[in-house]
Amino acid sequence: MSLFEGFYTNFIIFVLTLLMSLPLGLIISFGSRMKFKPIRWLTRTFVWIIRGTPLMLQLFVVMYAPGILFDIPIRSRMTAALIAFVINYAAYFSEIFRGGIDSISKGQYEACQVLGMTKAQAFFKVVLFQVVKRIVAPISNEVITLVKDTSLARVISVAEIIMCAERFTKQGLIWPLFSTGLYFLVFNGLLTIMFSSIEKKLDYFE
Amino acid sequence: MRILEVQDLYKSFGKTEVLKGVNFSMDEGEVISVIGSSGSGKTTLLRCINFLERADTGKILLDGEVLFDGDSDNKASAKEIRAKQLNFGLVFQDFNLFPQYNVLDNVMLAPTLLAKERPDFKENKKEITDEIRKNAEAILARVGLSDKLESYPCQLSGGQKQRVSIARALALRPRVLFFDEPTSALDPELTGEILKVIKQLAAEKITMVIVTHEIDFAKAVSDKIIFMSEGIVAEMGTPEEVIDNPKNERTKAFLSKMFE
Repeated sequence: MSLFEGFYTNFIIFVLTLLMSLPLGLIISFGSRMKFKPIRWLTRTFVWIIRGTPLMLQLFVVMYAPGILFDIPIRSRMTAALIAFVINYAAYFSEIFRGGIDSISKGQYEACQVLGMTKAQAFFKVVLFQVVKRIVAPISNEVITLVKDTSLARVISVAEIIMCAERFTKQGLIWPLFSTGLYFLVFNGLLTIMFSSIEKKLDYFE
Repeated sequence: MRILEVQDLYKSFGKTEVLKGVNFSMDEGEVISVIGSSGSGKTTLLRCINFLERADTGKILLDGEVLFDGDSDNKASAKEIRAKQLNFGLVFQDFNLFPQYNVLDNVMLAPTLLAKERPDFKENKKEITDEIRKNAEAILARVGLSDKLESYPCQLSGGQKQRVSIARALALRPRVLFFDEPTSALDPELTGEILKVIKQLAAEKITMVIVTHEIDFAKAVSDKIIFMSEGIVAEMGTPEEVIDNPKNERTKAFLSKMFE
């Protein structure tokens, strides 16, 4: 398998993780802001466990625990990797969302309320977009970390780029391993440009 | 015509009793200014009438019908109170405009969202939206902002922002429009333009309640003045009665401090 094919695996993990963990993170952030305490504590415990243990360990757990504990082995390594990544990143995103939502002034909600908006309308029509503007920088940090973290999938033998490159070292070739760095660099360079253009686009309001 | 009546409104925050039985009423087309030192309960009164807080006991009547009764509604959810809310409009001290929308969209947002709940919205989407836009543009013209429709709040002066927020409240055609210290967050040279707009609305016979520290303005624009002190209406009457010839000792003390 060539390095390019290997990086395609990283790319797929990256895109699918992002698409699923962002909305899931938003839902988790609602849970951690609930007035109903049991749900709030449950959510915060979950976030604590996910953020408090290594992603590498979580990959192992998702891969092997279902088979050992419930006798339902996970067939696809890729699926296991995706589940672990989505859960892990959703937990981090949820904290960023929570901070962003908390930073919007009460006055915005009150203005919505006296204008007859429902809570959902206030959140989705007024608050959310202001939250997005405020969290672009921390989200871009996480996204760039995610690109590099995708290589952790190799611990459950998902053939991502570094695993592919390691095979070359067995033939005595070390350079392919080093050149994987270029793939990450270039991809993250593109993401950096994309995020700064998003920040600029959102510059029109304060 | 009696439009609004507040009966015996009480409100505490924890152990602090802020409203201790507020009573007043007003007729349609009247302008009432509420004055009093900070901590007297003026803002809390406004927030209770606008359902941003739930009064503990007491009643709010609109057109003689009970809109809110503390005994049964003091735990009412935002959802239950929503329809009642629309009878009133509130202009905040610090504007609370929606920063990501331009001036026109700030005014159009709430009416548009409400229109979407109409059963005929899908069929007549274009006509309804056009009407909302026309109405919004007309109101913005009334407050002198026709040339700022496309501007964003961050590009406006404080006075312009406050005029947008007045327009935004007017767009829903509230029965009574409330102002919570509308000029307190403004530079002194900008208060004049807001007071001018309020005067113009008074001339148009819009029913208004204005919490303010601008005594001269209150005197000029109001049909009645309410002086609040320690959570009750200490004195109420025409500007001549309350400001020029106050009977209550606390009113006298407050006014002499204001005019020092």
